[in-house]
Amino acid sequence: MMKNITMGQYYPVDSWVHRLDPRTKILLTIAMIVAVFLVRTMVGYALILGFMYLTSRLSNIPFKMLLKGVKPLRFILILTFLLNLFFNTGTTMLVKWGFVKISYEGLSTAIHYSLRLIFLVLGTSLMTLTTSPIALSDGIEMLLSPLKVIKFPAHELAMMMSIALRFIPTLMEEADKIMKAQMARGADFESGNLLARAKAMVPLLVPLFVSAFRRAGDLAMAMESRCYHGGENRTRLRVLKITSNDWLAALGMAVLIALILTEGYVTLPLWAAVKGLFA
Amino acid sequence: MSLEVKNLTHTYSAGSALQSTAIKDVSLVIGEGEFVAIVGHTGSGKSTLVQHLNGLLKPTSGLVLVDGEDMNGEDVNKRLIRQKVGLVFQYPEYQLFEETVAKDIAFGPKNQGLSEEEIDSRVRKAMAHVHLDYDKYAERSPFELSGGQMRRVAIAGVLAMEPRYLILDEPAAGLDPKGRDRILGMVKELHEEGVTVVMVSHSMDDCARLATRMIVMSKGTVVASDTPRNIFAQTELMNSVHLGVPEAARLCALLREKGVDLPADLYTQEELHEHILRLWKEANPA
Repeated sequence: MMKNITMGQYYPVDSWVHRLDPRTKILLTIAMIVAVFLVRTMVGYALILGFMYLTSRLSNIPFKMLLKGVKPLRFILILTFLLNLFFNTGTTMLVKWGFVKISYEGLSTAIHYSLRLIFLVLGTSLMTLTTSPIALSDGIEMLLSPLKVIKFPAHELAMMMSIALRFIPTLMEEADKIMKAQMARGADFESGNLLARAKAMVPLLVPLFVSAFRRAGDLAMAMESRCYHGGENRTRLRVLKITSNDWLAALGMAVLIALILTEGYVTLPLWAAVKGLFA
Repeated sequence: MSLEVKNLTHTYSAGSALQSTAIKDVSLVIGEGEFVAIVGHTGSGKSTLVQHLNGLLKPTSGLVLVDGEDMNGEDVNKRLIRQKVGLVFQYPEYQLFEETVAKDIAFGPKNQGLSEEEIDSRVRKAMAHVHLDYDKYAERSPFELSGGQMRRVAIAGVLAMEPRYLILDEPAAGLDPKGRDRILGMVKELHEEGVTVVMVSHSMDDCARLATRMIVMSKGTVVASDTPRNIFAQTELMNSVHLGVPEAARLCALLREKGVDLPADLYTQEELHEHILRLWKEANPA
């Protein structure tokens, strides 16, 4: 059941993208988000799609699998699309049927918002699929460390993040096991109304919480017995290094953003020319 | 009346990079009244196999028949089958959740839709089976008990459903020798009362003591299925699947190598003791 969620999962293969520095990937993901919001025409989205396809090829991740990550969001997507379609007041009416009004502007915003959402998910999934949770929190810690000057607990935050991430699979496995154990005793998690289903979760949640607390206690003990006392003077086993590949990736992103920024100058005259041909 | 597995194969996360085949083309029959021990090294597919016997995992291919009925058939009531086949997981104490011991044990029978009186009588019976005094423990919180007691409560929770087949995945794991003997003693009593028992175990000595038949698994397949006596006579096979044999069988094999005239199929301390004593008496008649 929970194994079908691609979003936020790490895909453990080796590739050019996997080997990039996590800091590069985090910053480029942010750049990608900005790029998505800079797009004004379909050509821009096509550019981004092309870029993502290229990245997925470079990272040995099946493009189909990446697309599957959007599936859990389909209801939000449909809702966003419909809300924008019907409630956006524009001037150029396309459909007017009783109280149903669809304007050209509404349709355009609806498409834009939905595409943006899709690309946001795709972009961030690309990062999490190619970066192990440990590398990710290392990267975040390094990126936030300048803030230590103003007493921002960068190390502690990253440590909490990596512990939380580290325990997601453990707890999921545990939940799966407890669920099976209760099912073996005749528990039913799948039928009944909302209330019955919520009630059916008690035999799952109580043992899960108990074991989460037990694990937290054990971990704290293990960390303390190895003299852990926060980030001060801590050295690392794997020191992050920016290589020429990272600069290459950044350059690729810069080109993409440049293309998106100039798409208006290239595509609008082109569009006009095409229109002119048929006029 | 039997549990039957036919050409069972199970592949986890089929079609992704994490794909792995846990069991390949396994076929076996567990007859009524048997005490079958399933042994195998870590990752040999034991746990995956037993989860199929209870319908918790669906075969990638193959059949699981309970009393001749296909467990994954179209209109089979899985709940009814799970009443026949009780499954006790590894470390079952982590599944406890109710406020009192009695309520927790009653969870299974309640899901079966039994009457209050029936549930109460089953809780009492199940607690007697695991040697927990009803008056003393029924109203206590399961989280106040010791590890061994918690495990017994969890096993009682499965016994209260009165399964005809009882499957236990490492019931004695992580217990001290006393707790171990106690749990295994209970399992033995249940078997003597007529329950068919399937036990996954790492301990060859436990298998030697309890099982009427052993199934040896390695890398997802069954490599041997025979009585403990015949299995433990094959020291080489057992070493090749990283399981070894009981201490007594090992000593016996070593002595035979040195030329001591002992039968090849000794595996309990008592037998070995008897034979060595006999040999010694023969050599020293006075």
